[in-house]
Amino acid sequence: MSIEVSHVSYTYMPGTPLSRQALDDVSAVIPEGSVTAVAGHTGSGKSTFIQHLNGLLKPYTGKVFVDGTDLGDRSKKGKRALVQARRKVGMVFQYPEQQLFEETVAKDIAFGPRSLGLGESEIDERVKRAMDAVGLAYDEFADKPPFRLSGGQMRRVAIAGVLALEPAYLVLDEPTAGLDPRSREELLQQMMRLHRKQHTAIIFVSHHMDDILRLADTMLLFRDGKIAAKGAPREVFMQTELLKECGLRPPRIMELSSELCRAGYLSQMVYTEKELVDVLGRRLRDAR
Amino acid sequence: MQEPLIVMQDVSHVFQADDGVGKAALSHVDLTVKRGEFVTVLGRNGSGKSTLARHCNALLLPTSGHCVVAGMDTREEKDLWKIRSHVGMVFQNPDNQLVAAVVEDDVAFGPENLGVPPQEIRSRVHESLEAVGMEHFRHCAPHLLSGGQKQRVAIAGALAMQTECLVLDEPTAMLDPQGRAEVLRTVCRLHEERGLTVVYITHFMEEATVADRIVVMDQGQICRAGTPKEIFGDVKSMDELGLSVPLAARVAFDLRRKGVKLPAGILTDTDLVQALEGYHVH
Repeated sequence: MSIEVSHVSYTYMPGTPLSRQALDDVSAVIPEGSVTAVAGHTGSGKSTFIQHLNGLLKPYTGKVFVDGTDLGDRSKKGKRALVQARRKVGMVFQYPEQQLFEETVAKDIAFGPRSLGLGESEIDERVKRAMDAVGLAYDEFADKPPFRLSGGQMRRVAIAGVLALEPAYLVLDEPTAGLDPRSREELLQQMMRLHRKQHTAIIFVSHHMDDILRLADTMLLFRDGKIAAKGAPREVFMQTELLKECGLRPPRIMELSSELCRAGYLSQMVYTEKELVDVLGRRLRDAR
Repeated sequence: MQEPLIVMQDVSHVFQADDGVGKAALSHVDLTVKRGEFVTVLGRNGSGKSTLARHCNALLLPTSGHCVVAGMDTREEKDLWKIRSHVGMVFQNPDNQLVAAVVEDDVAFGPENLGVPPQEIRSRVHESLEAVGMEHFRHCAPHLLSGGQKQRVAIAGALAMQTECLVLDEPTAMLDPQGRAEVLRTVCRLHEERGLTVVYITHFMEEATVADRIVVMDQGQICRAGTPKEIFGDVKSMDELGLSVPLAARVAFDLRRKGVKLPAGILTDTDLVQALEGYHVH
């Protein structure tokens, strides 16, 4: 099972003077249960790409399959399968807290499952599970108006609203933008816990290369509407020239690590803070 | 001795909620920003950073206490426009603060409203766009610019008002790494070359290392203040406050705990490499 993007091109406002090609023959496979990061600078095609994953945008040419179902199948027969397939892919936009609208946190989160036509007890269960997944205590927050919460809490309510649909693939567009360091870390940990526990595939857009390095198993690097590189983050981030062309820099830990290699304090690259401190600590102690 | 640009004395600000219960976003804050100083404000979401920033040019007024900008109390309504021409604001969302259909019109918007003569407006617009490196885009439509470029146009808009202080409220939060670097570089250059006073709010700890002084906020109060070296030297406090420190400072902290002797004040990769120079590894 996977999301398969096959030779997708997309142009905004085709046939007008403002026409702009945002995706150009992009192909990628996102397996179930994987963690995929999407990187690239503004206008490189990241957001256009992720909006294809659940059929919010329809490819100009090319196809997108979710667990084998063609999202472009408009036939009457295919319609049911299409709705099912799109529901498997949950989408969390940038600053999702701006989309909260209900009177209470629980009602807001229940909106999605209710429109799926589920029974009340199932809805309640899902709201509880979703709140638990984002670390919001049900007893404390369920009846609060969402607009009284802090920015970080509101964002978690919005994400819970998508989780309540219990998607197999969760797509997040810069989920930590504007959050303080602790809220960022908590949100990322919750995202990864969901991945471990429910086996939810995570696809996230990020400008934080260090997060991509430590969390993703695969990264897709976009440039000018094309995928310029894909693979394990460690390998993609080693291509420093390509990164520069894409307007990005390597993760901080890799920058520091290569600086220490150059100065002779490390004999090979390390990729985590812990490893860096362990290796460096050992060598420096021995040196004394 | 020059008088400081911004003086806040015992400033509290209470937001009145619909249910009548007040919430203190700032409580008893004392802060002085000197002319030409670069002050970075750190703190968690909801700690009062933005409320503090909005007091700097009278977008918000203290519920109690005094805020004096360039010698004028922000409560004096007659001085409002003078205060705002001393202190310009740049907000987080680059799409919310540009008003015109063409870049140069946007930059001209402020001075036009002050009734500045057209010839002078033209030279101010030219000069401001040049200062932020956006002169080539003067005829461009703002919506076609990248986020970093839009923020630089917003900064130019403030410069065209001949502001002596820029208050930036998370100007890089919505930008990609390149845009982030562009904005920070521009602000630093304006600070160094023109002595612009800067109050810079951010969640990026690495951006804070360029400041003369860091002010840390927690629950509406200033809980710590000091140079970047002082603030980021205390890794434990920053973690407890829900904040962080630059990578090199954290690595240095962890190495010291492992018994490696390192000097204080390590903030950058270069600092760390230099500090290791006494060690010979094999």
